[in-house]
Amino acid sequence: MDDLIKYAPDLAAGFLVNVKIALVCAVISLVLGTVLVSFRVSPTPVLRAAGTVYVNVVRNTPLTLVLAFSALGLSDTIGLTFSEEPSTNGFWLVVLGLSAYTATFVGEALRSGINTVPLGQAEAARAIGLTFLQSLRLIILPQAFRAVIGPLGSVMIAMIKNTTVALAAGYLADSAFVMKDTFDDTGVSIPIFIGLVLAFMAVTLPVGFFTGWLSRRLAVVR
Amino acid sequence: MTEAGGSSPLVKLEAVNKHFGTLHVLKDIDLSVARGEVVVVIGPSGGGKSTLCRVINRLEAIDSGGITFDGQALPAEGKALAQLRSEVGMVFQSFNLFSHKTILENVTLGPIKVRGIARQQAEQRGLELLERVGIASQAAKYPAQLSGGQQQRVAIARALAMDPKMILFDEPTSALDPEMVQEVLDVMVGLASDGMTMLVVTHEMGFARRAADRVVFMADGQIVEESEPEAFFTQPKSDRARDFLSKILTH
Repeated sequence: MDDLIKYAPDLAAGFLVNVKIALVCAVISLVLGTVLVSFRVSPTPVLRAAGTVYVNVVRNTPLTLVLAFSALGLSDTIGLTFSEEPSTNGFWLVVLGLSAYTATFVGEALRSGINTVPLGQAEAARAIGLTFLQSLRLIILPQAFRAVIGPLGSVMIAMIKNTTVALAAGYLADSAFVMKDTFDDTGVSIPIFIGLVLAFMAVTLPVGFFTGWLSRRLAVVR
Repeated sequence: MTEAGGSSPLVKLEAVNKHFGTLHVLKDIDLSVARGEVVVVIGPSGGGKSTLCRVINRLEAIDSGGITFDGQALPAEGKALAQLRSEVGMVFQSFNLFSHKTILENVTLGPIKVRGIARQQAEQRGLELLERVGIASQAAKYPAQLSGGQQQRVAIARALAMDPKMILFDEPTSALDPEMVQEVLDVMVGLASDGMTMLVVTHEMGFARRAADRVVFMADGQIVEESEPEAFFTQPKSDRARDFLSKILTH
């Protein structure tokens, strides 16, 4: 218990990094996932193929490898840098990899949501003269989102926990890294371990409750 | 009819063929609909009636033949197709009102997003149309809160909101409880007498007799017979039509 109190400021700072990564990734992955699903249901075969290949490659690659690619491939080899400051650069490389990865799950959740929208909705949208993008944006996606708020909550919870593999991108700042680093000094400390678990649950449990409540509230009555 | 090109038909189908896999649903269909004309399509189920309706605004693409609307060949895709569809109203068997939008939003969405009309103006016109079909008091509700007959009347108002040159009705009363059929037919008869061009696929023989200028009898993907309603119901020319009528009119 003394260890937990002693190292609490470091751990808290690390946990704040996890929260920051999660917040930015939530926004980017939801946007990117929506773009991806638009590709996958597009009438243009090239876009459909691009969406399918992207989802199947990235979704089936272990996250640690995606992050390693983000750091070693994109940053070191190709030279993609977000900032001269190494820690800022590391933060954005993690965000990039984790968002690219999470977006595939968002896209697939949305695609199953689209399947719950009756075909007649799309036909009616086309029949009044809406273009493909308009009917997607105004009619199909709003109903699809409401149908999969619960599953999207699960994707977000998984993403929040996935922020702990940030060190795979060489970004040594998040709480999981701080914990391991601390254990090097103190040996394994059960209180630190449990403290960190509770911190994550304090974030993820409300996400689950909130999305559950929201999905009931916004359910589309047919 | 006095509009420009008034003598040319509004819709013209020539030698139209359509297959669903191995099923030949439309066989060399020739049909034209004049401006202001009300054409009722009747016939046994599976005869291609709905498909005929759906190829006119290209919800189904045809395999061969040609369709012109208002003198222009039907566009295949993109903006031009969306433009065409905005001029052809469609009323579906299962209503297909946008479930997540209110009744008023259902009626104003097209005018605002497709025609670019200001919201306030679109809402005013939307309420007028809802008034016309007798649903104005329900404007703030969602589709699932309305009865089938009310939903279908909203669907008609939604089509009218686009000021279409024509409205296609694909079995508009088939999914309704019997007591709600009349309220929808009344609205349709009103439209017909106001001069709207209509193509109506229906099993409602009473409507055909009252409102149709012409009855088209379809069976097995072909137009078997076309005539004025009175002539068709009293003296059908083909055996197929006689057979069909004897089954539905005797009880």
